[in-house]
Amino acid sequence: MTSDVLTPTSVRAPRVRSWAWLGLAPFAVYIALFLALPTVLAISTGFVDGDGGFTWANITALADPVIVTAFVNTTWLSLLTAAIGAAIGALVCYAALGLPPTGVVRSTLDAATGVLAQFGGVMLAFVFIATLGVQGVVTVLLRDGLGIDIQPGAWLYSLPGLILPYVYFQVPLMVITFLPALSALKPQWTEANLVLGGTRASFWLRVGLPVLAPSFLASFLLLFANAFSSYATAAALASQGSQIVPLQIRAALTSETVLGRENLAGALALGMIVVVGIVMWLDAAIRSRAARWQS
Amino acid sequence: MPITRPRRLGVALALTTAAALALAGCATDAGTPGAGSTDGAATVDAATATSLADFGTLADLEAAAKAEGKLNVIALPRDWANYGEIIDLFTERYPEIAVTEQSPDISSAEEIQAAQTNEGLDTAPDVFDLGLTVALQNTDVFAPYKVQTWDDIPDALKEPSGLFVGDYGGYMSVGYDSSRFDEPAELTDLLDAAYKGSVAINGDPTQAGAAFAAVGLATVQNGGTLDDFQPGIDFFAELQKAGNLLKVDVTTGTITSGETPVVFDWDYLNATHATTNPNWKVRVFDGTGYAGYYNQAINKDAPNPAAARLWQEFLYSDEVQNLWLKGGARPARMEAMTAAGTIDADLAAALPTAPETTVVPTEAQSTAAGTLLGEKWASAVQ
Repeated sequence: MTSDVLTPTSVRAPRVRSWAWLGLAPFAVYIALFLALPTVLAISTGFVDGDGGFTWANITALADPVIVTAFVNTTWLSLLTAAIGAAIGALVCYAALGLPPTGVVRSTLDAATGVLAQFGGVMLAFVFIATLGVQGVVTVLLRDGLGIDIQPGAWLYSLPGLILPYVYFQVPLMVITFLPALSALKPQWTEANLVLGGTRASFWLRVGLPVLAPSFLASFLLLFANAFSSYATAAALASQGSQIVPLQIRAALTSETVLGRENLAGALALGMIVVVGIVMWLDAAIRSRAARWQS
Repeated sequence: MPITRPRRLGVALALTTAAALALAGCATDAGTPGAGSTDGAATVDAATATSLADFGTLADLEAAAKAEGKLNVIALPRDWANYGEIIDLFTERYPEIAVTEQSPDISSAEEIQAAQTNEGLDTAPDVFDLGLTVALQNTDVFAPYKVQTWDDIPDALKEPSGLFVGDYGGYMSVGYDSSRFDEPAELTDLLDAAYKGSVAINGDPTQAGAAFAAVGLATVQNGGTLDDFQPGIDFFAELQKAGNLLKVDVTTGTITSGETPVVFDWDYLNATHATTNPNWKVRVFDGTGYAGYYNQAINKDAPNPAAARLWQEFLYSDEVQNLWLKGGARPARMEAMTAAGTIDADLAAALPTAPETTVVPTEAQSTAAGTLLGEKWASAVQ
């Protein structure tokens, strides 16, 4: 090392390094207090019984058919709505690329997606009740006007009825997260592809899709986690039988008819973390494979 | 998402233990004021008083409560059994006592959790209003207290030492919009195609007491007994198969908008919907009825122990018992007050007629039914 030449830098370096952590500290403390600590405390309750002793009972209770069904339901509902949301959202992004970035349509789209991606919970549930419910405006209009019954058997309040409300907040979230990635496609690449004799199809197949795949997968993962942890919309719409895991957690914590299951909630939370962990691992595996030919 | 509900920390635990020791120290010394009361309070330890006699007269209790100046009530929705008017009357009568209405919409189980989480803090609830199952399993959290009118309360409704006491109750009923439906004569009428996509339950029976009672009622009306809730679960499975069961969460909003035109709920809760929908009628089926009472209990670590006891005396007075009646509920002292002629006769006559026989589940029956519902309910209504 040519340390004699770099003396000024090496003197300054430790001072810089010693203060660098300060910038991260507020965020780190925040994460530790409001994410890490509660998670650890919640999960650890899954391993104790009502009197504070260690037990495997809550973990083995996860094999209960009702809970297994809840996990299966939550997973397919999340995968399906994430897939639909990602597909439609990506198409919206593609369409938005053709718009002038400062134009009225594009600004409206940006504002609308920003609001609607956060428009979940009881408000969203009531929007659907008021429009598509058994006595909803649209339902009554179609039934009385055209004789079409779009609510036979009140499907909005069953598990499949959650698909539509979930997609409603998944699509805007996809647009928000995926649009910046799409903008990274350089126009020069299209030009280079054309100059070298490529077609529109070959551009997307060999350039566009491979470049976008990692961002698309990351957005899909976010959508999956978003649906997987959704609670209030389902609580208001499909309130019977706790068909999804977040509702099972509520039941375990707050039930006034089946008591003493508070610690099961910790085990259920652990189960959710495991599922999300598997999805994240899959995502990481696909990305590292993508990185091989990307660089 | 409620998965990250923090449990109490070690520090809080240590503080609590210290507070409990301080409290115990005071309890042995009858001459000092209670740990929760401020200067100028009566010379009684309010936290261990088990009846008005420990304070002297009602005026002494009032003085001690006013000295505390606060009362924390929890889980009392203002549109539930006329609680809004009851709380307002208390505030009007004792303006020196500030009533804090904590988390009006939480469940009975969460009331106990709130007491444990806030143990030793002045934000802990002073009094509870609990479903029977939760009351029976948490007697170690309560302080025994017998109100002046204790003897008027039927034995079946009270814990003998006064740890918890039934306060108001009613029958499981079906509320319906009479402009859209005829009165259902019996339970099985609800399976008719006329009720397609119209019948809802207030809550999930694996969670809410009222919904649990709905399955209990369906059981006894469907030829079963409370030992086995299966006939009730079967009824709702049939209702689901017929396409009549609505699984949306019932709120005043869904009833006003007409989305839930037929609702299983306690008769006193169904009765309140007549104010937003004049056509709303309440039907208690003939034959065997399913009754349920809520219970009052005092938090043994109440930050305002005298105010908590004053609240009890207030609730069991003739006037407030009639206020519950006004909310469509049957107050605990109703029988005695009817005999004494102090009940509001017009309000009593407006209640739905009581069925010939009445059943209330025992603790063992509740537990067995809870387990059965946990296994069967989700698939029955899917």
